[in-house]
Amino acid sequence: MHKYEGRGMQSLGSHDHAFCAELFRRMLRIRRIEEEIERRYHQDQMKTPIHLVIGQEATAVGCCAALRPTDLAYSSHRTHGVYLAKGGDLRGMLCEMHCRANGCAGSRGGSMHLIDFSVGMAGTSAIVAGSVPLATGAALAAKMQRADRVIVVFFGEAATEEGVVSECLNFAALKKLPIVFFCENNFYSVQSPMAPRQAPRELDRWAHAHAMPAVRIDGMNVLDVFDAAKQAAARAKKGEGPTFIEARVYRYRAHGGAGDDSKTGYRPVAEREAWEKLCPVEGIYALLKGVDRRAMEQEIQREILEAFEHALSSADPTEADLYRHVYAVG
Amino acid sequence: MPWDEGLVNSLVYDAPSPSEGRVLPYPKAVNEALDIALGRDERVFVLGQGVDDPSAMFGCTRGLKEKYGAERVYDTPVAEESMMGVTTGAAMNGMRPVFMHNRPDFILLAFNQLVNHASKMHYMDNGKTTVPMVVWAAIGRGWGSGAQHSQAIQGLLLGVPGLKIVMPSTPHDAKGLLLSAIADDNPVLVFEHRWLMKKDGVVPEAHYAVPLGKGIYRRRGTRLTIAGASHAIELAQQAANKLAAEGIDCEVIDLRTVKPLDQAILEESLAKTGRLLVVDTAWMMGGVCAEIGCLAAEKWFHLLKGPVRRVGLPDVPSPAGYALEQLYYPNVERIAAVIREMCR
Repeated sequence: MHKYEGRGMQSLGSHDHAFCAELFRRMLRIRRIEEEIERRYHQDQMKTPIHLVIGQEATAVGCCAALRPTDLAYSSHRTHGVYLAKGGDLRGMLCEMHCRANGCAGSRGGSMHLIDFSVGMAGTSAIVAGSVPLATGAALAAKMQRADRVIVVFFGEAATEEGVVSECLNFAALKKLPIVFFCENNFYSVQSPMAPRQAPRELDRWAHAHAMPAVRIDGMNVLDVFDAAKQAAARAKKGEGPTFIEARVYRYRAHGGAGDDSKTGYRPVAEREAWEKLCPVEGIYALLKGVDRRAMEQEIQREILEAFEHALSSADPTEADLYRHVYAVG
Repeated sequence: MPWDEGLVNSLVYDAPSPSEGRVLPYPKAVNEALDIALGRDERVFVLGQGVDDPSAMFGCTRGLKEKYGAERVYDTPVAEESMMGVTTGAAMNGMRPVFMHNRPDFILLAFNQLVNHASKMHYMDNGKTTVPMVVWAAIGRGWGSGAQHSQAIQGLLLGVPGLKIVMPSTPHDAKGLLLSAIADDNPVLVFEHRWLMKKDGVVPEAHYAVPLGKGIYRRRGTRLTIAGASHAIELAQQAANKLAAEGIDCEVIDLRTVKPLDQAILEESLAKTGRLLVVDTAWMMGGVCAEIGCLAAEKWFHLLKGPVRRVGLPDVPSPAGYALEQLYYPNVERIAAVIREMCR
């Protein structure tokens, strides 16, 4: 049983109320988009695997709120939240998920490879830990180019079992690269719990051994996430090197596909129910005053329906598209 | 002195004539290409285990760190997978890295980043990013290098879309192909051969590019076409020279890059000779030999006067011991014997 160890959403602290309301709106928007994807998934119009972030909205939103559009985000297979939080185009995302020619990756990526370079959503990988060295390389490029650019890479706790993450922590610390390693620890890799996979080690202490600051935070608390990410980004900007953040989170749905699969027995139903009470979206909403939620919900709903309509009516790629961009010309 | 220097020192190549131009040793030609690329383009950087150590990657990287600084020429952690990914990520973000390995065997640790990521990011991003990077390694044959230090892995990578594979055989091509590889916007593998490092050749001093995907006739003939690259085509040329005295007149095509493959030159030559021998430094099964043999059967069957033959490595790991190595690797005599059979 993985228990919540945070303090809960107590107050907005010193954060600006309007800023907090905006964080709420961004999380709510992601939640509603995910729910609509989930609701429609069995219609088989989206012929792509999906990895919903329902329950994990605070990590993407809190972290990306601490970044500028010129900063880059890299993500894992669970891409929807980071893509949207970084400002990725919803239409491009849904077109990609509907396998359309105008999808954000031209239907070569699918839901696990959502990219939008106009807002710094720079890359993902469907291989566990695959984007961690890519992001480290992006940070190396930023440093060599003397560019004012911070790189954040999101990955799950299972990625820390891959040797390549340890290699990247070492290299990033060695070269003082402007990167934030953001580990979303949701305790499960597909349907495998932590216990058979990892010794009872502390991930923050493990990361700290690679000569960088490492913190464990409450990933259900968007303000804690924002604060930690802001501090890490500031350190990167100053040329002081990488930071490791372990955010404890919980996914309310199955690893992939629609719905929850706790009943199959790999995790206690009571565990999921306990974490659902800690909903990051409702948690901050309870602290807000004077938000016209109804209008906000309506606006989000309108945007979502319009984007789905756009995706459903967009054109499929053609045979010529299949052969394009295997090699860069030049 | 590197442990296989003794063997490489014992190799004898025909000396080029200085009247044809400036003569350089092979590693110096590679060095000159890196020097020119670093000098021309500040996005270029060179990394790899030992690139700045006293051996300087067989001499290929000597003096570059002193000239361009430790930020552009540097040793790396012993972490092949991450460094391949770092190289890829840097290339996707405006840099042009040259990632050097002492041996191709070590690239096997980095297949995840090379095959799952570098090769297909341009495609997966729908052309939005490019991955202009070079991965360089020298095949180490002989001297007991054995199963994990002498592998030629081009065959394993031949079927991966998005990669290019370059295999020079002369100092001239080593420089010109490397400069093309660095200027290319795709991930390019450059497989050198340890045994060619003692070869001297005429190398122009200025910048020049040998185009990727274009083979070259090393010898003109009418009886039979030999195609291959790298050290395999060097051996084949020696065999062809030997057979000329016996009246067997071979055409020798140095492919220079095995991916993309110059199909036009193969077809042109086959139309003349009707016989094809493919040579490679790697295993025959599923590799360069197999692919070219299949192309001949599929596209140029009407031109063939007899079966295509292959001279490469048997379906056996590289042995370490001296006696077994002699049985394992093709040599000039063995290639000549196959050619005699084909022309009987």
